[in-house]
Amino acid sequence: MSVKEADRILAARGRIVEDPERRSVMRPTRWKRYEAPAVGTASVVFVLTTWQLAANAGLAGIFLPGPLAIVQAGIKLFQKGDIWVDIATSAEEVAIGYGLAVVAGLVLGLLMGWYTRFQYALDPYVNFFYSTPRIVLVPLFIVWLGIDIESKIAVIFLGALFPVIINTMAGVRNTEAALLRVARSFGASDALIFRRVVLPGSVPFILTGFRLGVGHALTGVVVGELIAARHGVGKLISDYGVTLQMDKMFVGVIIIAGSGMLLTTLLGRIEKRFQSWRPDIRR
Amino acid sequence: MAKLQAQGVAIEYWLARSETLFTAVNGVDLEIPEGEFVAIVGPSGCGKTTFLNAVDGLIPIAAGSLTLDGREIRAPGRDRAVVFQQPGLLPWRTVTGNVIFGVEAQGTMPAKEAKERAQQYIELVGLKGFEDAYPGELSGGMQQRVNLARALLTDPEMLLLDEPFAALDAQTRELMQLELLRIWNKDRKTALFITHDIKEAIYLADRVIVFTKRPGRVKVTIDVDIPRPRTLRVKRDPKFLGYEDQVWESIQEELAGPAERLVAGVPA
Repeated sequence: MSVKEADRILAARGRIVEDPERRSVMRPTRWKRYEAPAVGTASVVFVLTTWQLAANAGLAGIFLPGPLAIVQAGIKLFQKGDIWVDIATSAEEVAIGYGLAVVAGLVLGLLMGWYTRFQYALDPYVNFFYSTPRIVLVPLFIVWLGIDIESKIAVIFLGALFPVIINTMAGVRNTEAALLRVARSFGASDALIFRRVVLPGSVPFILTGFRLGVGHALTGVVVGELIAARHGVGKLISDYGVTLQMDKMFVGVIIIAGSGMLLTTLLGRIEKRFQSWRPDIRR
Repeated sequence: MAKLQAQGVAIEYWLARSETLFTAVNGVDLEIPEGEFVAIVGPSGCGKTTFLNAVDGLIPIAAGSLTLDGREIRAPGRDRAVVFQQPGLLPWRTVTGNVIFGVEAQGTMPAKEAKERAQQYIELVGLKGFEDAYPGELSGGMQQRVNLARALLTDPEMLLLDEPFAALDAQTRELMQLELLRIWNKDRKTALFITHDIKEAIYLADRVIVFTKRPGRVKVTIDVDIPRPRTLRVKRDPKFLGYEDQVWESIQEELAGPAERLVAGVPA
């Protein structure tokens, strides 16, 4: 190993004192680090301003309220308090439906990836449901389970379940053959291979499945509530939509979009944590 | 009695795509006494790596007998450890974590003891200071050092090396050969080294075995009478070059088509 190579590695691990005279590959400059959020923020501010100006000019009349009108509507809705019931209802549906989907999908995906015969047995159902837009099942669930939260939980569950199953299974199947050979050669038991090689190797795939599941879960809750519900953010959007209260309707849309971004960011954080061993992500 | 004994070993496997039975090696007879370093060379595809896998116990033999210390080899065991061509390191584990993976898989050593002893082997293979580095931060040569340390920590009776330096650049390869001999010289474990590099085989081994083309068997055995410790300089010694010619001619005879003979400089 050359001195240069050792330097490179130690630098990457942050153990070398940075010497301004040396042109080593070092920590990115301050601007590089803040470039993405800065440009992003500027872009959003620009669009919001344009939008507000267009609304002020009355370009789309009542059909497109400006950002300020939406914020005011939001403040009013939260002061009145009814919106909390809708948020709590939708949140409960997502939490239960998505929670169950993640647990069931993880277990089924691991089993299907590890035991080929189990996969053969379940493949027909997975293929059937994965190629069907689960939304078409909403009317069916409403007939079977009613218009309360149960029918939405079912739709969210089925929506999020299959991406989790399929990605988890792919993770198990994609275990590097060379690693399995090494483990077998040292006489590792199946249980040890599963715990120490297959499972950790599948984590990135599993988390991708979780992330895709979030999108499906949110689609499920909104569409389910649009079709038939007593409470919920989807129901709120639908009610204000038909009465043309666009500013309040936008509040609902923003709540859904915000939760999606929040959950995805959260999972992204977890993903990064689990992949701290990847040198390109550490930097 | 020899440490490793192979008599009439045949290895076959089923090729799903062409629906045929493929004979990789047929009638391999060889003996490796305790403490000897043996290298197998042969034309590519002659089944030398397949033979090593059978010695490791990863694949079954179709005919003949294969024994280590008189016991038939049926499965991987603690008495053998492989240094693989691909390092096969767990990318989410540090150097230390990877070095202990072998003993962890065998379930023979408490984790605490494994970590302590791993430190010695990490130092032995020259990776001191990199205990907490991840494989993705290491060069190919350093990864192979980890691969070697992992095998050594299991303290095997016999060390199996499957073209461990084939993927390295020429300079790193020579350095690793020198390092391997330095490490091997400490306790001189019985070693079987597979390579397609003739110089490498002669430089490392007490005995070089040339395999025929597929299905492979032992064509000729050449005793390398060069005293140890060997420096890299011996590779330019007339005696060394003589061995090289001898092995090279033997392999040339096995090269398949006229095109390959032409490349090898043999009149068609």
